[in-house]
Amino acid sequence: MSAKATRAGRSTGGERTITLEISRFRPEQDSEPVFETFDVPLRDDWAVLDGLNHVKDQLDGTLSFRWSCRMGVCGSCGMTVNGKPRLTCGTFLTEFGAGPVRIEPLKGFPVIRDLVVEIDDFLAKLSHVKPWLIREGEELPLTTEYAQTPEQLEAYKQYSMCINCMLCYSACPVYVLNPDFLGPAAIALAQRYNLDSRDQGDRLDLLNTDEGVWGCTFVGECTSACPKHVDPAEAIQRYKVTAAMRSVLPWARR
Amino acid sequence: MSETTRTYRPRRDRVWFLRSRAYTIFVIRELTSVFVAWTIAYLLLLVAAALDGALPAFSAFAAQPWVIALNLVALAATAFHSVTFLNLAPKATVVRLDGWRVPAFMIQGGNHTAWLLVSAVLFWVVTR
Repeated sequence: MSAKATRAGRSTGGERTITLEISRFRPEQDSEPVFETFDVPLRDDWAVLDGLNHVKDQLDGTLSFRWSCRMGVCGSCGMTVNGKPRLTCGTFLTEFGAGPVRIEPLKGFPVIRDLVVEIDDFLAKLSHVKPWLIREGEELPLTTEYAQTPEQLEAYKQYSMCINCMLCYSACPVYVLNPDFLGPAAIALAQRYNLDSRDQGDRLDLLNTDEGVWGCTFVGECTSACPKHVDPAEAIQRYKVTAAMRSVLPWARR
Repeated sequence: MSETTRTYRPRRDRVWFLRSRAYTIFVIRELTSVFVAWTIAYLLLLVAAALDGALPAFSAFAAQPWVIALNLVALAATAFHSVTFLNLAPKATVVRLDGWRVPAFMIQGGNHTAWLLVSAVLFWVVTR
């Protein structure tokens, strides 16, 4: 590692560079991921994603990774950067000094190619919690308008900020060790609807399970990793209290 | 995804709790539960001895060096567990007063204050 570090930050043609150590997995030729190093320009306004795009555009067009908005909204460029799950569009190269910067796919997910992971399981977990407004006695699609007070909006707004970047899943050792765990984002999403004054659904059967909120051992790293301050750990702990109250007090509120 | 696509699934990391400071602290907090359980068992034995009039025998048991050493470790572990538990409590306790959400530091501070008050009362009861 130190030998690689000495190569980083050197000047090439007057421009500083930094070394990216990128995990490569090409299923047609690799039995497991290998690291390849690339020197990219080190500029103050370059995020890790800019470095990856430089590699793809100028050095190796076969490098595969997901990205879209470059502004922390789409949630598609999540990767493991120097061991931590980060949005690469919001993680700047200058944060790592002289480098190198090690970039790997998100931990906890099967790797399809290079930095691209399989998200089918995550998407299935999201839909499992019924993330939509459930109304009793109303036909779909819902057409009636239900006004909310600012206080009613505030009750769930924090949990609605999730961008499905999956950083919380990658940071959660429970999910990495046991993929059956429903996981932070899905439970926070369920709480987003549970706390919505317009919702009349009941997700107790989905959440009050070993794979639901009770699978969480409250490591808290999901909240630390979340780039949108959703605080999934809070959502899970709050629902643990709700589930416990409803288990002993049948008339308790959902 | 195509069924012919081969994905790579990393082997389970057996020392995952050493990969970050947060993971290590979490595991230590969980392991201190063993000492919390010991402390509860010890207190139940004390109560049983008091009810049976067997306090001298219990005192002799408690005065053994290994019991004292174990209880010192248990005290430290229980204190660590309690502090970290109370620090996390605001995550599960969202209190709103007329729309204003009580900040985490106030809930946390309230918990620690209550803990200190109960400890002070117990100390007074035991030492008076």
